[in-house]
Amino acid sequence: MSGTAMELSAAAAGPAAVSLPPARYGRALVQKLGFAALGACMAANILFLGTILFFIARRGLPAISWEFLTQAPRDAMTAGGVAPAILGTFYLTLGAMLFALPLGASCAVYLTEYSPKGWVVNLLRVSVNNLAGVPSVVFGLFGLTVFVKYCGFGVSILAGSLTLGILALPVIISASQEALVAVPQSVREASLALGATQWETIRKVVLPAALPGMLTGVILSVGRVAGETAPILFTAAAFYVKGYPKSPFSEVMALPYHIYALMTEGTHPEEQTRIAYGASLLLLALVLSVSMAAIWIRQRQRKTYHA
Amino acid sequence: MHDASIASGLRPAAEGFHPALVGGAIGLNAGPTGEADMLGSEPKIEARGVNFYYGTKRALKDINIAFRQRRVTAIIGPSGCGKSTFIRLLNRMHELVPGTRLEGEILLDGLDILSPACDAAGLRKRVGMVFQKPNPFPKTIFENIAYGLEVNGVRDRAYIAGKVEDSLKKAALWNEVKDRLKDSALGLSGGQQQRLCIARCLAVSPEVILFDEPCASLDPISTGKIEELILELKREYTIVIVTHNMQQAARVSDRTAFFLMGDLIEEGATERLFKAPRDKRTEDYITGRFG
Repeated sequence: MSGTAMELSAAAAGPAAVSLPPARYGRALVQKLGFAALGACMAANILFLGTILFFIARRGLPAISWEFLTQAPRDAMTAGGVAPAILGTFYLTLGAMLFALPLGASCAVYLTEYSPKGWVVNLLRVSVNNLAGVPSVVFGLFGLTVFVKYCGFGVSILAGSLTLGILALPVIISASQEALVAVPQSVREASLALGATQWETIRKVVLPAALPGMLTGVILSVGRVAGETAPILFTAAAFYVKGYPKSPFSEVMALPYHIYALMTEGTHPEEQTRIAYGASLLLLALVLSVSMAAIWIRQRQRKTYHA
Repeated sequence: MHDASIASGLRPAAEGFHPALVGGAIGLNAGPTGEADMLGSEPKIEARGVNFYYGTKRALKDINIAFRQRRVTAIIGPSGCGKSTFIRLLNRMHELVPGTRLEGEILLDGLDILSPACDAAGLRKRVGMVFQKPNPFPKTIFENIAYGLEVNGVRDRAYIAGKVEDSLKKAALWNEVKDRLKDSALGLSGGQQQRLCIARCLAVSPEVILFDEPCASLDPISTGKIEELILELKREYTIVIVTHNMQQAARVSDRTAFFLMGDLIEEGATERLFKAPRDKRTEDYITGRFG
């Protein structure tokens, strides 16, 4: 069509008038600048991330040793390792996930699949999102009042896990909701049209399809939960506990709080700073490896469910 | 049949007419001509005085129509005329949309499917549906077909495997997928996916199959295959197909119904309706004067 039109106009105006659209260097320049600016922002991001990793690694690596990973602290925190804190963080994170994951996922399923649409649901959604914005120290105070004092759990793994779990809930709920909404309505209809009930449809079609997305919420919240200090400050963590935690009602050491304590208390700042960097590197590695594991599971799920 | 005894809980319609009278209802829709085709088969599914509302908007106005056993009925009409809305009433898929209201009766073998005693899931097993866009589950090809059997309580693995093969053969897909039943259904082409959806529907042994513009997103070759399939399937099933495409309606259907702005304008034998439409509006539509 356009070829014919071009030929026609060329024929009418003579060979000299055959023309391509003229180059517009200004427009091309603006585009180049735009992409260059975006690229620069991107580079800045990587720079920040790289700097953090580099400094933590440089100052932390010398502290890491087999003893550091497997021993308890000695000599007023100036020597030995951080093994009890690693274990404490592991218990707290695991407990928080065991509590928050089923609760958050069920809540998301209810909100997206069952509840009648309307202002009540919208209010609930807004509340969940606002919950995500509450400062973590406020969660800590809440945990102190409710779990430590009112429920009588004391300063313990249980109280800390529950507090951290509540902190993780909004992230898990909104990520799960997004994952559920992303499952096409047409797939739900297909299931119902075959004589499945809504419950069967959710359990056998919607949830499996939404699982990879829901795992994203878990990844995000594991990172946040493992690294939080304020919520466990009053509910679970202790500067020093002799030996390893014995029950869910034990006080524990935890990596983030251990770092905080090393940098603010004690009488040997130099040795303590060294150990704090070592613990930071460890915490970072721990969180990253959990994320990697979750990403790996998600990729496997994707392979099964998508072509 | 292995699993036909789904308790659908159907009860006679509110007025309590006898199912035996349903045959006599032919007169309701036959019109003055008494076309020969009308007498060939019993009504399988029938709408009587159906009005449908989205909120306060009346989307369907006093629809009376009967779909006969082992016949293909095409529903044609311009976009927004209510044809898709209507077909979704026949297996109560409209209940998924909140804020809608349905008046009138829809009878399956003479029993009112809108009665509170009728279980929607049991009904949908008997009245299957194939949708506009292929919507396979994000599962393997085998699981896609087996799903309907499993939710309907079939546990016998050998029976399921046999039924999967059987359904894929009926849907003319077996030869293309028999070596990759364990692959994801999402790896199939659009046309293959739609035939998979048909196979999935056949696996639960429905009595009626509703096609809601099944070829809207397919290329001409895939469309041709689906049309051949529909002609094949009508030997066993009662088929209702909504289509935008009048040539398609002419090719596959025995009877055609023309909807316009929520009204059923005209219904009759396909050949007669296209050759000698009785209503001016039908004529305008099929000759391309609007729509």
